Amino acid sequence: MALLQPDKACEPIVVVRGLTKHFLVGRGFFRKERAWLHAVDDVSFEIARGEVLGLVGESGCGKTTTGRMLVKLTDPTAGCILIDNEDVAAIGGQGMREFRQTVQMIFQDPYESLDPRMTVFDIISEPLNVNHIGTLVNREERVAYMLSRVGITPPDMFFFRFPHELSGGQRQRVAIARALVVNPKFIVADEPTSMLDVSIRTGVMKLLAELQEDFGMSYLYITHDLAVARYLCDRIAVMYLGKIVEMAGAEEVIKNPLHPYTQALISAVPLPDPAIRRDVPNIRGGVSKPIDPPPICRFHPRCPAARSICSDRDYPDLAEVSPGHLVACHILVAR
Amino acid sequence: MRSLAQHWAIFRESRIGIAGLVVIVCFGVFGMMWPLMFRNVWDPNVYHPVVGFDPTMMHPAAPCRGHLLGTDPIGRDILAQLMFSTGREFLLGVLSAMISVVVGTFIGAMAAYYGGFTDAFFMRLADIVMLFPFVPLLVVVGSLVRLDMFSFAIILGFLEAFGGITIILKAQALQVKVRPYIDAAKVAGGDDLHIIRSHIIPNVLPLSFLYMMFNVTAAILSEATLSFFGVLNIDMSWGMMIHTAETAGYLFDYGRYWWLWLPSGLAITLFCAAFYMVGRGLDEVVNPRLRKR
Repeated sequence: MALLQPDKACEPIVVVRGLTKHFLVGRGFFRKERAWLHAVDDVSFEIARGEVLGLVGESGCGKTTTGRMLVKLTDPTAGCILIDNEDVAAIGGQGMREFRQTVQMIFQDPYESLDPRMTVFDIISEPLNVNHIGTLVNREERVAYMLSRVGITPPDMFFFRFPHELSGGQRQRVAIARALVVNPKFIVADEPTSMLDVSIRTGVMKLLAELQEDFGMSYLYITHDLAVARYLCDRIAVMYLGKIVEMAGAEEVIKNPLHPYTQALISAVPLPDPAIRRDVPNIRGGVSKPIDPPPICRFHPRCPAARSICSDRDYPDLAEVSPGHLVACHILVAR
Repeated sequence: MRSLAQHWAIFRESRIGIAGLVVIVCFGVFGMMWPLMFRNVWDPNVYHPVVGFDPTMMHPAAPCRGHLLGTDPIGRDILAQLMFSTGREFLLGVLSAMISVVVGTFIGAMAAYYGGFTDAFFMRLADIVMLFPFVPLLVVVGSLVRLDMFSFAIILGFLEAFGGITIILKAQALQVKVRPYIDAAKVAGGDDLHIIRSHIIPNVLPLSFLYMMFNVTAAILSEATLSFFGVLNIDMSWGMMIHTAETAGYLFDYGRYWWLWLPSGLAITLFCAAFYMVGRGLDEVVNPRLRKR
């Protein structure tokens, strides 16, 4: 029997297939036409156990919506999400309780994601509390342990403080402790360092990497900062207007970007040395909103390499151009 | 978010709130003196607020040594009536305000959190309740059923609860509902009841408390108005004292029988003003834009 069981360690923890979220915009009583914002459109990826996948893209490209769908805060329009072999859409009742212990989220803004009327102990023990895990004494021990793990010491000094009595870095550490207190297998981290001061950002990033290793978790790390993604992530997926345009190992994406959008994104990162000159791809226009977009390549109006096949053919699928390097581009795949 | 001590510091800054608090405390002491006076100092046959009678003088008697605020047309001591009523006004005001705020907060939080039908139903209900003119409505209710102080407080509390307070607290709860810590609570695994109870209600509570103060004022005023019309089954209250003076025909001779209506009228005004002032003081705590910089 044991041989028939699939090897759990090799199986990805998260499998996303054709994930789609359309938001209705401009609904009016007298307006017949309805427009749909294609926030996330047919996105597929996998995250292996213990892997950190970075989701990179500019504001409004659907990164956060993707993350919210993975933790069941937003229901997808179409597509399926399997987390630890469970279909997320079908979870309910008792399964929901287990799901909330398997999957947790770290939010962007530590000033807003902690209830200002709760003490640090209440905030961190809330996931234990609502899931009825352990006795009060167990919870106290667990919270104290988590606090010391995220570098807030001595823990009992902080038990009865309110969020407004903590610094920004401490708040985000408390938010991380809260997410980890139920021993989740998978964490969606929605730009957890973007609201922090630069001076404490690296500290929190180091902590996240360290905890990921110690607890053997997987992350979906959502960020707009390529340097952060490069530091923390094993693989990077680049999103543009609801679509993943490129996905490869972190170093590969940074060193050898293939998709014109990724190239543009990387060239936008300022270089510390003004003497270095590099080619800047000629990207036209600005980012638009994917409201009822035609089913062609989303990037082609701005793409410097666009040719007639780009507007003639349907949206390009992600295709492997070299081992482990996927790109969604007609021109690159045809080459 | 601030601690209780900081809230108190801001409240203390507002002179108006402190003045109101002082007046309320004075009324509290005044009301608590009643049982002491009645048991130890005053003769119950003479000073009973409802059935007392002083056979030694003509009534209404002007203020004198035996009756510091005089007597009413049927020989009852005005000061005793005033003291006796104070405690009951407190009970009425606080009870009806508590009911309205507890019910209104819960409904407002539910309407904001669930939206859709729940929201539409309670908001339309609030519109209807607010459309009804309170006093004529309560005159009709009062003439149909015998309303004593207790049942009146409950009816008033529920009328207020389903009215404006629901709308105000729903608006506040809507602001809380979209905060990321509500999402964080959902991800932690909290169900709807947990989120409403542990996150939304504690965060709208300061505003609820503020409206509780204003509702005390509204309750006392309604009671006084209805007692004046004589539709409440209440043996003694500040409104009843004015009612007594009016029905006996002493209200129109302006200054001459001032002790019949001035003490109770002043008490109603001061009492309502005090709660309103505390409300204003709390407003500065809850609403930082009003605060002095």
